[in-house]
Amino acid sequence: MRLLTHNMLSSNIKGVTNGFPLLIEVEKVVEKQVDFNEDFLRNMFAKIEWKALVEASRTMGYTELPENSESSMLNSDEFLRKFHHALLELHLEEGALVCPETGRKFPVNKGIPNMLLHEDEV
Amino acid sequence: MKLKQLESLIGSLDQFENPKIELEQYPTGPHIASRLLYTAENSFEDVENKTVADFGCGCGTLGLAAALLGAEHVIGLDIDTDSLEIASSNATDLDLDMDFVHCNIRNLKWRDRIVDTVVMNPPFGTRRKGADMDFLFVALKVASQAVYSLHKTTTRDHVKRTALREYNAASAEVLCELRFDVPQLYKFHKKKEVDVAVDLWRFVPQKDREKHL
Repeated sequence: MRLLTHNMLSSNIKGVTNGFPLLIEVEKVVEKQVDFNEDFLRNMFAKIEWKALVEASRTMGYTELPENSESSMLNSDEFLRKFHHALLELHLEEGALVCPETGRKFPVNKGIPNMLLHEDEV
Repeated sequence: MKLKQLESLIGSLDQFENPKIELEQYPTGPHIASRLLYTAENSFEDVENKTVADFGCGCGTLGLAAALLGAEHVIGLDIDTDSLEIASSNATDLDLDMDFVHCNIRNLKWRDRIVDTVVMNPPFGTRRKGADMDFLFVALKVASQAVYSLHKTTTRDHVKRTALREYNAASAEVLCELRFDVPQLYKFHKKKEVDVAVDLWRFVPQKDREKHL
């Protein structure tokens, strides 16, 4: 699971008001290279929750992203490549996503998070 | 990529081993899958460089077709873990990157409309009434640009009315009518194969009105 997907998902447990971002518990990270696509990155930059991406990438062991971001950084090729790497090339293979409010763990196996809710959580 | 090549690659994918009738698991044939994605990209540019979500992805057919046509990020969502395993191995076979989420589409929570395009071949509602409309309801809340979906031709008026009046779609168009060949998958299937007329739809979600000062 890429951090781009992590950046889109919120805890879906009934009653939770602040379910984003899900915390990450890492057991295994896999890096998979993909081609650099500048247009895509520029588009995504406006839609990404930056703090959540930085926090998540650090948890996954990647510390290169700046704490804060602004659109002028898109002029830097170096920045774009780091953004690319964090967003698309780091995969959480084994571990869990954790609801920030309830602490409930959604296990991640073979890169797939299980977000199915129990009956009392719906 | 040419349509024929896409159709051929999609046709080589593994499908359900033990399809679950209560989930209405039917493979989306390569003929329909390739045409759905090919039209989405060539006529509307809704695939290449975009973020695409495949709702009820099953063995990953539509999502992988999107990846083959240049979608930058594809997410497949399904409630069945066995299908997701097959989908995952299909992605590996084609050397494609695709994220998968094991979930119930109806209660998954998205932060915002970050997905550009939703593609889906939803359950038609033969086991659980209105299942396809549930999927459409959610899709129109998640997609920022377009939703491509298949629904039985017999439900055409109902789908259009519901999408426009109740689900806030800005537009709802039937792009074409296709024949969905349903193979003899289940014990209650009497014939070797049956054709179901389906409409390929393109819906555009209504984005939230901008707040004026």
